[in-house]
Amino acid sequence: MAQEMLTLEGVRKSFGDVEVLHGIDLTVHRGEVVAILGPSGSGKTTLLRCANFLERADAGTLALGGESFDLAHATKREVAAVRKKTAFVFQSYNLFRNRTVLGNVTEGLIVARKMPRAQAEKIARDCLERVGMGDRADAYPVQLSGGQQQRVAIARAMATDPEIIYFDEPTSALDPELTIEVLGSMRRLAEDGMTMLVVTHEMGFARNVADRVVFMEGGSVVATAPSAEFFEHPDNDRVRAFLRTVGGEG
Amino acid sequence: MVPVSDRVAEILLDSFSRILIPGLTATIPLALISFAIALVIAMAVALVQYAKVPVLTQIARFYIWIIRGTPLLVQLYVVFYGLPDFGIVLDPFPAAIIVFSINTGAYSAETIRGALEAVPSGQLEAGYCVGMSYMQIMRRILLPQAMRSAFPPLSNELIALVKDTSLAANITVLEMLMATQQIVSRTYEALPLYLEVAAIYLLFSTVLTWLQGIGEKKLASFGMERG
Repeated sequence: MAQEMLTLEGVRKSFGDVEVLHGIDLTVHRGEVVAILGPSGSGKTTLLRCANFLERADAGTLALGGESFDLAHATKREVAAVRKKTAFVFQSYNLFRNRTVLGNVTEGLIVARKMPRAQAEKIARDCLERVGMGDRADAYPVQLSGGQQQRVAIARAMATDPEIIYFDEPTSALDPELTIEVLGSMRRLAEDGMTMLVVTHEMGFARNVADRVVFMEGGSVVATAPSAEFFEHPDNDRVRAFLRTVGGEG
Repeated sequence: MVPVSDRVAEILLDSFSRILIPGLTATIPLALISFAIALVIAMAVALVQYAKVPVLTQIARFYIWIIRGTPLLVQLYVVFYGLPDFGIVLDPFPAAIIVFSINTGAYSAETIRGALEAVPSGQLEAGYCVGMSYMQIMRRILLPQAMRSAFPPLSNELIALVKDTSLAANITVLEMLMATQQIVSRTYEALPLYLEVAAIYLLFSTVLTWLQGIGEKKLASFGMERG
């Protein structure tokens, strides 16, 4: 098995009195694409956000590229270190509205990584080409379709050369046609060997692009399996029930 | 149509420069200096509240509560006529600057806070995720967006301030209204003279409204079409 890139252990998180993550363990290997599936409210998004400190977990550890972090008590410096090694693609794209497409991709390079502008723009244009947005570099987010915005967001994530990219339901806000173009960009990214952790409702992506599926329900990991096995020979009643409700791709 | 007598016409013509000059030397500087200071106060008070800094947020809310909840004229009286009881004696002009800055600062702070809170939280999160610090995101992403939408209401506050400077006449600042009152007390032509000073205020406000329009066009629109 390839080297472990990301390991989450014992991740717990409560909102008020309600515990939404009951101690999650999850491993992603270098170059692996892992899809997190599960019904709404199962804690998938919260898990992803805890892994990037957008939410503070109540307990748990994160190992990333050989370094270990306490999810509940990490210092500001450690949080910054994790965020510099990871990238995040949001359901609602969250492109900087006051920056052009090019500016969105260069911002993190120039400001957070102190890269010279010329070098940052070269990287940014290359990343934009790879998601098919090279010709819209001067447009503002408001002038783009949702699918185009999400592809720019993927370019922004790639540009920082992260060890892993988290995707939080990247196509849930898109209509089917635009979903296809975004999934295409993600597939190419996977083929290039990027390590990806993807919360999704796209069964086709989970089945055809992901190497492994993690199935969550009610704040726990219920099953984890190579994606072919997950869809073709589900050995868990709840997985079978889920696959029936999402359209019988199994 | 009331015929304007030669005498009134002469008084209006004669008084025009005597009202306009205090307008240029007192009303306008009073408004602009106070507004500049108010913006600094407002920015600090808004940022403290947006970041929910403990203690400072409570102080900010208290400040806004007091200032918005009491009349501007009373605030002028407290500072100019009240503070001497504590040995703090201020000249009229600086007293007016202090009161107008603190007063407009409270209203503008709410404007800027509202504009900041209207920027979607995803902008902050996206900034964190590309590795930026809070201050970097604030300066480069959040404030430029917030100030764009705060510009029209802040322009409103400047125009309101220009007119409110007339209250400084009550603490013996020789601005346009006081200059007018002095002429009225000599000539007893209240209606034409007060209409004249009103027209000059209207002229100032019109110029500011025009400048606001230019400013809005010049401000970056981030690709949004404006009708």
